[in-house]
Amino acid sequence: MKSAAVAASAVALIPLVYLGVRVGEAGWDRITGEILTERTALLAGRSVALAAVVTVACVVIGVASAFLVTRTDLPGRRVFGVLAALPLAVPSYVAAFAWVSTVDDFEGFWDAALVLTACSYPYVYLPVAAALIGADPAQEEVARSLGRRPFLSVTMRQIRPAIAAGGLLVALYVLSDFGAVSIVRVDVFTRAIFTSINLGFDRTGALVLATVLVLLTLALLVGEHMTRTRGARYARGSLRTHARVRVGWIPVPFLALVSAVALGVPAYALARWFVAGVSRPGSVAEVVTAASQSFVAAALGGVVTLLLALPVGLLNARSPGPLATVLDRIAYVSHALPGLVIGLSLVFFGIRVAYPLYQTIWLLALAYAALFLPLAVGAVSSAAAQSPPVLEEVARSLGRSPLFVFRSVTVPLAAPGIGAGAALVFLTCMKELPATLLLRPTGFDTLATELWTHTDTAEFAAAAPYALVLVLVSALPTWWLSWKSRL
Amino acid sequence: MVVELEISSLTKRFGRVTALSSVDLVVEIGHLVAVLGPSGCGKTTLLRCVAGFERVDSGRIVVGGRDVTSLPPQRRRIAVVPQEGALFPHLSVVDNVAYGLPRGSLKRAHEVLALVGLADMGERMPHQLSGGQQQRVAVARALAPRPPVVLLDEPFSALDAALRPTLRRDIRAALRADGATALLVTHDQGEALSIADEVAVMREGRIVQTGPPTSVYAAPSDPWVAGFVGEAVWLPSGHALLAGVRVVGAGERVLLRPEQISVVDGSDAVVVRTDFHGHDAVIGLRLPDGTDLAARILGGAGLPEVGAPVGVRVAGQARAF
Repeated sequence: MKSAAVAASAVALIPLVYLGVRVGEAGWDRITGEILTERTALLAGRSVALAAVVTVACVVIGVASAFLVTRTDLPGRRVFGVLAALPLAVPSYVAAFAWVSTVDDFEGFWDAALVLTACSYPYVYLPVAAALIGADPAQEEVARSLGRRPFLSVTMRQIRPAIAAGGLLVALYVLSDFGAVSIVRVDVFTRAIFTSINLGFDRTGALVLATVLVLLTLALLVGEHMTRTRGARYARGSLRTHARVRVGWIPVPFLALVSAVALGVPAYALARWFVAGVSRPGSVAEVVTAASQSFVAAALGGVVTLLLALPVGLLNARSPGPLATVLDRIAYVSHALPGLVIGLSLVFFGIRVAYPLYQTIWLLALAYAALFLPLAVGAVSSAAAQSPPVLEEVARSLGRSPLFVFRSVTVPLAAPGIGAGAALVFLTCMKELPATLLLRPTGFDTLATELWTHTDTAEFAAAAPYALVLVLVSALPTWWLSWKSRL
Repeated sequence: MVVELEISSLTKRFGRVTALSSVDLVVEIGHLVAVLGPSGCGKTTLLRCVAGFERVDSGRIVVGGRDVTSLPPQRRRIAVVPQEGALFPHLSVVDNVAYGLPRGSLKRAHEVLALVGLADMGERMPHQLSGGQQQRVAVARALAPRPPVVLLDEPFSALDAALRPTLRRDIRAALRADGATALLVTHDQGEALSIADEVAVMREGRIVQTGPPTSVYAAPSDPWVAGFVGEAVWLPSGHALLAGVRVVGAGERVLLRPEQISVVDGSDAVVVRTDFHGHDAVIGLRLPDGTDLAARILGGAGLPEVGAPVGVRVAGQARAF
């Protein structure tokens, strides 16, 4: 199992390693020459500024929504709780399509910030709401009994790790986003990389920009790791619920406005353009073709990802130790990298090393595996935990062979969790855009690439049916995750 | 005496830590032996080695005359009852019990379920049972294939204190009714003394004393065992209170048990605390020379006040170390 897990992690590392190899080949002088230009500085400044603005906005909206929903007597808080998680079901490029097709001249930095905030504030809302619900009420009661007001001295400290984790997720998401920023036409790293490789086929330029983007991402990851090691536990002391703060109706317009921006506009745009979209001649056949090609690519990606995840996840669950931890972290490295960088690296890899794979769906499946391996590893580890070793020991002590035990105990207990993980990876592959754009074989169109192409040329009616299917595809895992976390 | 399980010079190391060092233990057929020791003493490792879940470094494990030391768990015919029951959550109670039986032997499954007092529960799922019922099912599942030896790993420790005595008695009765030979590990001395035919006290990977519960309690082999198995009161040998008490053995410290000490009128000591338990009470006493004692008295009588002077009497026989 160990060697299989090492091999699986090595496959997931191919994009990163090959990016390093290419940078080495290009020569350090040339790279630094291109990094230290005004354009790179401008792009870096804009990418970082966009990430910062969106992260701050998401923290403010996410924490406020979480507090209002979990700790106050707000009317309709259950409904708002569901609405606050739903934007996860709208891929950022679908939201960008909705705004661009609804508001004239919708482009530039602040418009992109609006779209990205509306899509990604649930990354803060969900962990903070979970922390607010899970925090032990006794700690606040102790603070009160000692004559202190508990909000700043206790509550904020209890949820600070959740805020930090959520905020860093948002920042990573913004740095790696390609679809929304390119539709809203704001020049950040990902858009510049794509333009270099797609229009000018300036490989070295794209490579340099990708390297800087990777460095920014790694800096964020280090920051995330530091907050994680300091993360406080909010162990549950009792099943009592927290006393609710009285706020009445006053915050309702705020939450309604957030939902209108994040959900109302996409819903309006879809409703407006969908009918026109499907009534175009031949459009249904095109959507069906794209959907079936998406299905094939995502299914292949899901299978490859799961095959790589099985040894890593099982090792993680069954023999935890330094090796398992390192392999688990490796799986996360590629996940944190922008899909565009993974795609770019695999383009080089396909042309130079694995030419038989280039322009095939297999290279695309490899990119999906590198991007989404942690989702599957997490599912496999927690599924394996459903069948703890003590059950297998008992089964063997009752005289059953290891094979019989595997068939009668391990598989029935772990299969549902592994299946759910595979479904999650499948649906996530369905909506992946940047790596798909770079790696798809010529003429191979998926739902995401068709939406992107039509929006890019302002054919909003033609884009709408793809947007609707993609929202449905994304809604499934969102529903599943919120059902699982019971928020 | 027919020996069912014989463990000889068993040694097990984890890296540089020696978990078991040359452990010898014999279990007679139909007997229940309790391995008693504090947490970390190696008792669970001993059980896992006997079950075959851990490979031993040296020594032999013989079951019914058959050397099983190098056999995998499924060929040893040693059944295990783990700490929290570990029922298969996807199988019904009767399917759990029948897991180790040949296909279709439901008669035996129902027989052992009746033995543990759960005759009507066969169709339930494990999560529909209370903790005590789950533990009964785990015992039934272990007994079902009639293994020569059953191992029980702290089987009652996860349960409410109030449930334990009944469950303990019922499980003991079920094991006896089925003629099972059992090895139980526990850190609870009350459990070991009340349930076992024989107690093996373990400390730092070694068995330090083996014998029937009464003799381990009455004649501990060293001061550590005396303090671990039951409550110990120590007096320097030749103390005035020991006048008229027969002291066995030689040494500077004399072991008494709290129930040997009684409180009467007088002024030998001062009461420093009273712990009332209902059925009995423990009175903490301090002698003028600073020595602390404890006396166990029946709960019905009135308790002396803290700070009051009392007389002290010692009865029975004592042991010097």
